[in-house]
Amino acid sequence: MVLLGADPVVETTLVQIVKAIVIFAVILQVVPVILLLERKLLGRFQQRYGPNRVGPKGALQPFADVLKLLSKESSTPTTAVPWMMAIAPVISIVTAVATLAIIPFGPQGAWGGDLGLYGIDVPIGLLYFFAFGSLAFYAFVLGGWASGSKYSFLGAMRSAAQLISYEVAIGLSLLGVAMMAGSLSLVDIVEAQGSAGKGIWFVVPQFVGFIIFMVAGFAESSRPPFDLPESDAELVAGYNTEYSGMRFGSFFMAEYIEVIVISGVATACFLGGWHGPGPEALAPLWVVLKMFAFVLFFIWIRATLPRLRYDQLMFLGWKVLLPLATLNVLVTAILLVVT
Amino acid sequence: MLKSYLPALVFLVLGVGVGVAFTFANSLLGPKRPSKVKSEPYESGLPSDVRKSFRFGVSFYLVAMLFILFDIEVVFLYPIAVRLEEVGTFALIETVVFIVLLAIAFVHVWRRGALEWK
Repeated sequence: MVLLGADPVVETTLVQIVKAIVIFAVILQVVPVILLLERKLLGRFQQRYGPNRVGPKGALQPFADVLKLLSKESSTPTTAVPWMMAIAPVISIVTAVATLAIIPFGPQGAWGGDLGLYGIDVPIGLLYFFAFGSLAFYAFVLGGWASGSKYSFLGAMRSAAQLISYEVAIGLSLLGVAMMAGSLSLVDIVEAQGSAGKGIWFVVPQFVGFIIFMVAGFAESSRPPFDLPESDAELVAGYNTEYSGMRFGSFFMAEYIEVIVISGVATACFLGGWHGPGPEALAPLWVVLKMFAFVLFFIWIRATLPRLRYDQLMFLGWKVLLPLATLNVLVTAILLVVT
Repeated sequence: MLKSYLPALVFLVLGVGVGVAFTFANSLLGPKRPSKVKSEPYESGLPSDVRKSFRFGVSFYLVAMLFILFDIEVVFLYPIAVRLEEVGTFALIETVVFIVLLAIAFVHVWRRGALEWK
């Protein structure tokens, strides 16, 4: 429990910088793998092969995609505001990458010394996640508005309303977890799920919170079935209609990093983070396995559920998730204090 | 204390680096063959009709206002959530009163039809 208490032990500056770069570099390599996995699995779900031309069994498909995107012309419509159109993809990447910092892969000292296997462990943990999650909103709105196309504009408005509607639900869904752990730091939250006495994964006592977090997490990352801002059938990709080449790629990559972050936060808050059988040094393995399961879940849902209608989206966000999440907070608070 | 935030700064710098590289990669590497038709905003074959001032439904404004109301709720509840078990009954009563007040507002908003998407 550290809010304003003693300073936590922190590694040397060099170690801090190196571990941040390592986490970033690894995740950057994982994104194309997830991309390929998703296309392969979607193919199988729809009884076709998926990409199988480039490299052995299509393994080099992501490289081909990146090469193709790199060799495209950068196009800016005459109606656009060029500098705003240029910074929108930067914002989307920055906000997605910044949230990577709080995913805890292991406790401090699991690999010896005072090395903490996480980007940062700060007392504001969850709030940091929400703060950068909310900033992602600007990327979509700026990008869509500055494109000067009506499809982009509609996509931007949709994504604005969708993101802020589910922001409330996702904030409330983790309150129960914060109450039970007595801390906002994700490392403390994971520790609370393994300590003697209340050593239980929060997915059990916070099951309602878990469901709300996952639903809102899908909406926050604009993944199907909540991909209304970019619904290709009616809005021809929404806010990124006018984007080409790697600028389009940035939005795409940011979406996948966001999926990884949501998986990481869900793992830490509900599935006991690094807790699992075996020695403590295996901690990151468990985190990665659990996150991988979540990523597969994201892909599975994409193949299973059809897109919502906009009024259904608003109904779910305001009339179902918000009251349910508030009730969950109330019940958790009462149970915690009374028992 | 602030030193534990240093990696966040590194992530931000890396993010900006990658973002900027991606944003300008195509201007440097890609072909440049501009044409009048290509630089028009997308429209399905018809001449595109784009005005600078887009107009959109009032429902969007309404959602934004509701968001401010209920997101503040979340922000206020977090400090209390962290200290809930230590402070005990007093914090619990505060929380319940706060949520009940908001629930009244929520019911009012619901009954006035502000949550219907039109």
